[in-house]
Amino acid sequence: MVDLALDRAAGPSSRWTAALRRGGPRLWLGAALVGVLVLVALAAPLIAPHDPLEQDLMSAQLPPAWTSGGDAAYLLGTDSLGRCVLSRLIYSARTAVAVALIAATLAAAIGIAFGLVAGSFGGWIDQLTSRLIDVWMAFPPVLLSIVLAAVIGAGLTSVIAAIVVVDWTRFARVVRAETMVQLKRDYAAAARAIGLNRGGILRLEILPNLVPLVVTLLAVEMGIAILVEVILSFVGISVASDTPTWGGMIAEGRQIVYQAPWIMALPIACIILSVIGFNLLGDGLRTLLDPVQRR
Amino acid sequence: MRWGEIIRRLVLIPPTLVGVAVIVFVLLRVVPGDPIAMMIPPGATPADIEHLRAFYGLDQPILRQFITWFGQALRGDFGRSISVHQSVFELVRARLPATLELALLATLIAVVLGMITALIGIRLRGRRAELLVDGGVGVFLAIPDFLWALILLLLFGVLIPLLPISGRIDPEIDVTLHSNFYLLESLLLGRFDIANALVHHMILPAVALALPFSALVARILKASLADAEDQDYAQIARARGFSWPKILLHEVFPNALIPTVALGGVQVTLLLGGTVLVERIFSYEGIGNMAIDAVINRDFPLIQGLILTFAVLFIALNLAVDLLVALLDPRLRHG
Repeated sequence: MVDLALDRAAGPSSRWTAALRRGGPRLWLGAALVGVLVLVALAAPLIAPHDPLEQDLMSAQLPPAWTSGGDAAYLLGTDSLGRCVLSRLIYSARTAVAVALIAATLAAAIGIAFGLVAGSFGGWIDQLTSRLIDVWMAFPPVLLSIVLAAVIGAGLTSVIAAIVVVDWTRFARVVRAETMVQLKRDYAAAARAIGLNRGGILRLEILPNLVPLVVTLLAVEMGIAILVEVILSFVGISVASDTPTWGGMIAEGRQIVYQAPWIMALPIACIILSVIGFNLLGDGLRTLLDPVQRR
Repeated sequence: MRWGEIIRRLVLIPPTLVGVAVIVFVLLRVVPGDPIAMMIPPGATPADIEHLRAFYGLDQPILRQFITWFGQALRGDFGRSISVHQSVFELVRARLPATLELALLATLIAVVLGMITALIGIRLRGRRAELLVDGGVGVFLAIPDFLWALILLLLFGVLIPLLPISGRIDPEIDVTLHSNFYLLESLLLGRFDIANALVHHMILPAVALALPFSALVARILKASLADAEDQDYAQIARARGFSWPKILLHEVFPNALIPTVALGGVQVTLLLGGTVLVERIFSYEGIGNMAIDAVINRDFPLIQGLILTFAVLFIALNLAVDLLVALLDPRLRHG
């Protein structure tokens, strides 16, 4: 708490640089990993050496180019249908990024709305929301998203819907608790005293104070969304089967894991880098945006 | 958490379970895939199909179906599986022990691993190496169980084939046991040949489930240990000349245990939920693997039964953790 007081006293500009230095390597490494992922997804048609769907049965299950038997045309080898593994990895990033951005944002929006309402109204509205969250928490999350995706049917929308429906509670729980805490603070009482109504207090006073928390949760949720998409495509109920996905590649690789282990290993590496990227970014943002929460 | 709070939680269990049942029931009824279409033999007449629909009650309105199902469920009858043609209750009873044994072994591994890591971390406190431990814990926490499952499968199943990567036990081993708790029973009966084969199959999935959870245990326990170490009683014990291991064992550890159980215990549900995919990856015959098959086959009664089983387990675990914390904490014990 001592250095917190120092932060405040030191004024905004030096606090900013101090926070940047503190958030330091984690923030930058996280931002770099996520940045590369987003760039690869955006530029997929430009950087992929092959069409990810183009089959070449004459050169199926080629190992990576630098090992014996590899072909320089296929840098990371080919799968059992002779499709370029590198191109498939690159195109899979598109699904991952789309799901991460859209699903996490929607889950946040719904969760924040529920959390704000429950936290500020209290009473039976809070009771009802809390019971709803209880019911949700009793579901096994993986199984629930699998059931949901199966119910809605294959496609990007169903994957996103499955993630939003399962994960809104993450935001709702935290925002509800934090809203209650903030409303008890003096500044909220002051806002009431000068005649702001409930909506005004929430919008002008509470919401800005929730930003650090929500941004951190959002980064972590994006990592989770990528994982859920991987799970669904691994089980075989994600986007249409001809769209390349990391999870789908893992499932195909599992079938021929003894003959071609790299087909399974490469998407796993991509997923780990993405998820660690989002986690580091979330950690870094937390230290950057909110010195109080620094561990 | 006071005792009154625990009673309040007990009272809330039935409505929560009914809520879960209602949501699953309604969800499944809007499934586009028709379970009957998947089970009819070729050449079945429309009359046969109607007959089957009526047999499984699928021709009734949703509310009527739910009331029928709920009434039977209260009496312990969860219907018959459409794809396996057996009672859902019997199927769950046969498979649940496999999942529970796996989750138990994983929890044990995680607690031991997490404790060791936390102790190493706290010993290195204030040194550069502490950052290394914290960073490692962060990575293990970020990578979820099913990715560990795939990594371990690649490393120790394929590249260095040390362990089996599929099933619960080798098919050639004759398992003649009374219960489906193979591991517990074979250990109790002294059938170490069976236990050995079981453990060999369980190591990879159990470690995969354990790794992220052990990182969580390590992180919470290390923070709690650091907290307790800074308290006056620990400092006084140090000033009086007690050795570090002695202070740790008598003063620091018991006090650090309470927040660790309270925060970490709730997360055991995550480990349990993780069995769904990890069992799938290792073709382990538990309820998680069965649940994915049930979804793929649109086996409504089985999906309902399995999700309810998980819900009961989750709620029971949460309650058990609260009770354990209440028992561990002297302030609550007497309060």
